[in-house]
Amino acid sequence: MKFSESWLREWVNPSVSRDALSHQITMAGLEVDGVDPVAADFSGVIVGEVVECGQHPDADKLRVTKINVGGDELIDIVCGAPNCRLGLKVAVAMVGAVLPGDFKIKKAKLRGQPSMGMLCSYGELGIDIESDGIIELPQEAPLGVNVREYLQLDDAIIDVDLTANRADCLGMAGLAREVGVLNRQAVTEPKWEAVNATIDAPYTINVVAPDLCPRYLGRVVKNINVKAATPLWMQEKLRRSGIRSIDPIVDITNYVLIEFGQPMHAFDLNALSGGITVRLADGVEKLTLLDGNEITIPNDTLVIADDKQAVALAGVFGGESTGVNENTQDILLECAFFAPLAIMGKSRRLGLHTDASHRFERGVDPELQHKVMDRATRLVLDICGGDAGQVIEAVSAEHLPKAATITLRRSKLDKTLGHFIPDTDVVEILERLGFNVETTNSSWLVTTATYRFDMAIEEDLIEEVARIYGYNNIPNTAPQAALTMPDHKEADISLKRVRSIFVARGFQEAVTYSFVDPKMQNLVHPGEEAMVLPNPISIEMSAMRLSMFTGLLTAVGYNQSRQQNRVRLFETGLRFVPDAQADSGVRQQAMLGAVISGVQNEEHWSMESKTVDFFDLKGDLEAILGLTVAASEFSFKGATHPALHPGQCAEILRNNRVIGYIGAIHPSLEKPFGLNGKTIVFELELDALLHARLPLAQAVSKFPANRRDIALVVDEAVSATDVMNLIRKVGENQLVGLNLFDVYQGKGVEPGKKSLAIALTLQDTTRTLEEKDITETIDSVLSALKTEFNASLRD
Amino acid sequence: MQQLTEIVEQALEVIDKASDLKTLDDIRVDYLGKKGKITDMMKMMGSLSAEEKPAFGQAVNQAKQAVQQKLTERIDGLKASELEAKLIAEKIDVTLPGRTLEIGGLHPVTRTIERIETFFGELGFVVKQGPEIEDDFHNFDALNISEHHPARADHDTFYFNPKVMLRTQTSGVQIRTMEHEQPPLRIISPGRVYRNDYDQTHTPMFHQVEGLMVAENVNFAELKGILHDFLRNFFEEDLEVRFRPSYFPFTEPSAEVDVMGKNGKWLEVLGCGMVHPNVLRSVGIDPEKYSGFAFGMGVERLTMLRYGVNDLRAFFENDLRFLKQFK
Repeated sequence: MKFSESWLREWVNPSVSRDALSHQITMAGLEVDGVDPVAADFSGVIVGEVVECGQHPDADKLRVTKINVGGDELIDIVCGAPNCRLGLKVAVAMVGAVLPGDFKIKKAKLRGQPSMGMLCSYGELGIDIESDGIIELPQEAPLGVNVREYLQLDDAIIDVDLTANRADCLGMAGLAREVGVLNRQAVTEPKWEAVNATIDAPYTINVVAPDLCPRYLGRVVKNINVKAATPLWMQEKLRRSGIRSIDPIVDITNYVLIEFGQPMHAFDLNALSGGITVRLADGVEKLTLLDGNEITIPNDTLVIADDKQAVALAGVFGGESTGVNENTQDILLECAFFAPLAIMGKSRRLGLHTDASHRFERGVDPELQHKVMDRATRLVLDICGGDAGQVIEAVSAEHLPKAATITLRRSKLDKTLGHFIPDTDVVEILERLGFNVETTNSSWLVTTATYRFDMAIEEDLIEEVARIYGYNNIPNTAPQAALTMPDHKEADISLKRVRSIFVARGFQEAVTYSFVDPKMQNLVHPGEEAMVLPNPISIEMSAMRLSMFTGLLTAVGYNQSRQQNRVRLFETGLRFVPDAQADSGVRQQAMLGAVISGVQNEEHWSMESKTVDFFDLKGDLEAILGLTVAASEFSFKGATHPALHPGQCAEILRNNRVIGYIGAIHPSLEKPFGLNGKTIVFELELDALLHARLPLAQAVSKFPANRRDIALVVDEAVSATDVMNLIRKVGENQLVGLNLFDVYQGKGVEPGKKSLAIALTLQDTTRTLEEKDITETIDSVLSALKTEFNASLRD
Repeated sequence: MQQLTEIVEQALEVIDKASDLKTLDDIRVDYLGKKGKITDMMKMMGSLSAEEKPAFGQAVNQAKQAVQQKLTERIDGLKASELEAKLIAEKIDVTLPGRTLEIGGLHPVTRTIERIETFFGELGFVVKQGPEIEDDFHNFDALNISEHHPARADHDTFYFNPKVMLRTQTSGVQIRTMEHEQPPLRIISPGRVYRNDYDQTHTPMFHQVEGLMVAENVNFAELKGILHDFLRNFFEEDLEVRFRPSYFPFTEPSAEVDVMGKNGKWLEVLGCGMVHPNVLRSVGIDPEKYSGFAFGMGVERLTMLRYGVNDLRAFFENDLRFLKQFK
């Protein structure tokens, strides 16, 4: 909410500076978002009147004027503004004046004519009002008066960002009350002459939904002049509250909205058919709003209807056909209290959010309507003339909200704040807030106020006391707690350790959006259904990811198109797999994904740099799996995945359950993702990784180890892992080391076969192995390999 | 004897002239070997008288020692210069870059979260995680945000349907924890949250860390104390901190916390408050017996301030040129 500082100071004027005032307001919980002066700095500008206005002899667009500024002499000024005319009251920058931008006004000659000053436009004075030409002041503006004072330009627009609970501050009355409390100063409400009805103008008001509209006031005012000008003071106050002047009736309803926070509406009396009914919409009614849009009113929406149709959305928006226009003569003023529940959510559903609905859904003081109706009527009569009828009220006392009565216990106050605030301070704060306080032995019985919808429980009062007392006057203390030791499972691998291995191996951690482009995801997971956001930021950010792949590949493409040719990224996070059995219909599974592309290492004077392949990333993955101290539980099995190269893709298994995939990206995906060359990815379920075996120490043998190398020839389809597993099984305890150190195909090996060179390290914990033992073990290994894989020793 | 002296002189001379180990070895064989010249002299002992023998034997031994010593000296000398030459030949430019595998780095958001986890972990706060697709009970209702509460509209929620949404805050984790565990509780819950907003200062996904402490006598002064300590630790600076009244449906009293920036302006970094009794009740904790505080912070905001990142969107572009600055 925006308001003018000087308007606030009419209500309550503490002797604190503008900065101190906005600091006070902020620290009371009404956060000041901005403080902008209404005009730039200038001096020497006074009110004048154009008493002569002739054409410049040598310039078509200039006028030669004489200006009366109330002194003995008239002042010659040459002016180029099109609206400069005889009799106009103007803002005159005299010789010696300094305008914004340190622009000094001096004696001048324009095309031979003397000019002893300048007639100013709003823009030239740094005032944010759009207009063509010079300022046109009201006729009653007194000559010679300083324009800064006359227009009250030593003022600032203060913008307060109010939280949803502080609807009471959506008007000057509430803001002033708050500032009064903070400065322990009384608040002065504006005074006006109460309106007495001068005509008898009854009107039927029928509220059929009193729970939603506990109070509805109507009043007829006849014979008004809607063509009357809104006074400058009102226009300016509205402007400084961010509201444009439209016509005097709209301006007046807006004025009381800002003044007291009470929305009002004015109907053109003669456009209404019969009486007013406040009821729920029937679901088929249509209404053309004041902004010209036609809507169909949903059936649980409260409307104001005449005898024929709905004419306004209660507390939200008026209808076009019954609005005040330039031909209006008689009006019906509406000043109502609509219950927050009648408005909450309703206007938003229609995409409407108005100053009125904003206030009603947060809560308007239910005791305010009579006062504001009188205030508005007085303003109408003063500005537009006319004859006011009596106030017609439809009220349901039982539905009107009452001020909450709450007990505040001294013990609870102390316990919650951890700080003692003296009784006198507590009582004074609550009373200044407009609450009634009854003090008892150990507590206070507090009757709050009808304008404070946020007062419901004891904690609300504690906040009020603490807030006004000042949060920063409450000390900082160290929390007290029982020292309980949480459970720690050593076998749980921390994500931190996994991350640090990636980092040590040269990976950067990525964070990609959880929602991806459904088109791209469909390339990676064709035919798989994903959760889709009905209202995404954009279609490219609309499908919840089914894996890490889409995001990581996009990041690779992004970097490669920016000359980053060696990419190593990993990411952890949830994937979202639709699953009717799971909570909220989605399985949310923590995953670990990684991608590499480009060269193995940056070009180096002494290192070979090859393009990465499957085994580079598999090596990284195996290093991670090593954390589990359970390498034998993991295995890799050739597999297919729609996103991966069919010949370079494996399932990752733990205890024979598939926990993820690793592979080279399918060449057909390279172009759509903008990938430049070979890209390898893996992804696995994090939970399947993060459980380790505890190390179980074995004695280190004191006896020598023996290495025997064998070169086997097997069919190329035989998997190396199977061969190694068999050797491990047959070799049993004596086999302490096994290493596949060469794979060869080509000259000397029959086509369709491959040679595997394997080193076996044999050792016993109780004795030195003799040649005979070693030969025996190797022979049994070879014979098992022969049986199982038809493996032969290479010649 | 004369002959012996000559042999020794001769030997010493050839040893001096020898320029490699092979030659020296040949010289050794030549003089001291089984058939060497000095060894041969020993054989002459037989022809000498008993009186002459000791003196002659001593002389031959001295000759042997002299030659042996000379040989050893010469060998050591040659070995030393050979090593010298080898060392010179092996000289390298030690300023050439090593064969390194450049280390990578954590995402700055993770780095911040890990720091926060450390600060609070040391005070016994346990890290808890929860689902990112939430139901309306855990994201709103249990947090005292009823269906039509204006605060719901402020959240710019990504709904899948009216009951299911992307979580707008990690507070749901607090609810899930309190549903299963009784006080005393000290938890923090870091993670991704989502709001339907995208501009210079908003991304539709960002990270929060929320903290919760519930016990029998938890109070507002303690909340102030712990956050004050946290902020000073986080920024490693004795910066000015202020607590400003605010409003959250799930805390009462509520506050926002600002720190004084380098430009002399206050910057909001945290929201916090005493847990609203309705929240405690919604998970079956008696608000008369227990009280609690909760706080929530935007990780990206803190990270930007800490490391001078200017554009929020940089966190999710995954540009290596950005990421590699964080080791």
